[in-house]
Amino acid sequence: MTELGSDTRTKIAIREVCKTFETKKGRVVVLDQVDLDVRSGEFLAIVGPSGCGKSTLLNCMAGFEPITSGSIRIDGVEVDAPSRKRVFVFQEPGILPWFSVWDNIGFGLGKMPFEQKHEIVMRYIRLVGLDGFEKSFPSELSGGMKQRVEFARALAVQPDVLYLDEPFGALDALTRLEMRAEILRIWGETRKTCILVTHDVEEAVELADRVAVMTPRPATVHSVLDNDLPRPRSADQREFRALKDRVFEILGVRRG
Amino acid sequence: MKLRSFLNACLGFAAFVGLWQLATHGNKVGDLPSPWMTARGLGQVAAQGVLWQNIIASVFRVAWGFSLAAAIGIPLGIALGWYPRLRDVVNPLVQSLRPISPIAWLPFAVIMFGGTALSSDLSAIFLLFLSAFFPIVTASTSATASIDQKYIRSARNFGVEGFDLFRRVVLPAALPQVLTGLRLALGIAWVVVVAAEMLGVETGLGYQVMDSRNALRMDHVAAAMVVIAAIGLLLDTGMARVESTILARRGVRRG
Ligand SMILES: Nc1ncnc2c1ncn2[C@@H]1O[C@H](COP(=O)(O)OP(=O)(O)OP(=O)(O)O)[C@@H](O)[C@H]1O
Ligand SMILES: [Mg+2]
Repeated sequence: MTELGSDTRTKIAIREVCKTFETKKGRVVVLDQVDLDVRSGEFLAIVGPSGCGKSTLLNCMAGFEPITSGSIRIDGVEVDAPSRKRVFVFQEPGILPWFSVWDNIGFGLGKMPFEQKHEIVMRYIRLVGLDGFEKSFPSELSGGMKQRVEFARALAVQPDVLYLDEPFGALDALTRLEMRAEILRIWGETRKTCILVTHDVEEAVELADRVAVMTPRPATVHSVLDNDLPRPRSADQREFRALKDRVFEILGVRRG
Repeated sequence: MKLRSFLNACLGFAAFVGLWQLATHGNKVGDLPSPWMTARGLGQVAAQGVLWQNIIASVFRVAWGFSLAAAIGIPLGIALGWYPRLRDVVNPLVQSLRPISPIAWLPFAVIMFGGTALSSDLSAIFLLFLSAFFPIVTASTSATASIDQKYIRSARNFGVEGFDLFRRVVLPAALPQVLTGLRLALGIAWVVVVAAEMLGVETGLGYQVMDSRNALRMDHVAAAMVVIAAIGLLLDTGMARVESTILARRGVRRG
């Protein structure tokens, strides 16, 4: 199915990536020979046991952490530093508490005439449904609204790639469901390449085109599962449950 | 609620004055002064006019010492917080000098500034500078070193660097703790000014305390103490007000 509709060009090519940390207790091998291709415009989810190195992998892909060996290429170019072309969305929103919503969304836009900046900021405020809150400060917003500001700020710089590291982790269950639908809608409208790290297998199956399952540390990618279920997906569907069970099986979790 | 806390405070003061009155009942000038003698003494020194000169002298010295300490301490502290290598080299030194009471520097201050036209003023200001400098540096260092890495990372991610990073991220992130440090430093400087003025200068509230003691006017000593307390309270309230205005404007409410 994927071959027909969407663009299957490789956006990010991860080849034999190893990452070790030197700590006081010695060297820790976190990533061991990770191979993974991320396709242009796809929504890829990465799941894996806690502490296996999902965030580390994402940090390396974003250029925050240097890799020990191997290569990560985006559009054929080796990643060596963070860039506005690929933006990280944090679990606890990284928006700045001393700036208004407007200033936060305009944070990454650099120098440009006010009119132009205002137009862009307002466009993304509308996209995430925060009309009327442009003058509010983060302390006046709910967790879900802060997360929306974070998304708007990331999207406003028009990145090719969004890295989402458990972006809904700090939210309550209800808001989390709402934000899942929201991120799908935004992804549908913008077609960015999205890479989502999550603990929540159901979240991964609901959102992603493909689910990459990682092994415990030292981590590698065990397998990548295609998910061709039509959207919107429901956890009640038989195929949905089957895919979820498959992921749990790979993770080594027995479910009754 | 406001009225309630005001009344509670009055209760505390009334109890204190009552006990004070009991303890000093029937005392004469030269003994421990009673509340009434203190109040009368306050009226006398206020009428003499030197009180105002002394207040101005003390406030002037504190203002100089404090401003210099802030002007040097904040940038230094931020630099120490930002560059771990620099912190490793400089911070142990700063932390070792910090416990030395500024008053202990007085002999050196006199040697350093002696012979200049404003020698006594300069040594007092130097002591006040020292007393305010260490809390300011320490607060600014830890404020900067403890900035949430998430903010720095996302700034890097969005290509915000250099002075822009400093102005839009580092400074506002460090600001609340720096302001707390400033407030603390001002309080300490006000405590130290009285001690600093007991030696070598002939103006200021500290001088007034010593001068009244030498004249055996204990009621004037107590009156000066009341003035010191009132101004200290005023300075602290002022700083707290400045602090909350600056932080409120940035939308950061202190919980
Ligand atoms: N800067 C670092 N220095 C040393 N070790 C690190 C560092 N960052 C991560 N690690 C180690 O690497 C391993 C993987 O961490 P990482 O945060 O990538 O895991 P994760 O899969 O995202 O975990 P979680 O699901 O809990 O978020 C952990 O064992 C962690 O202790
Ligand atoms: Mg993680």
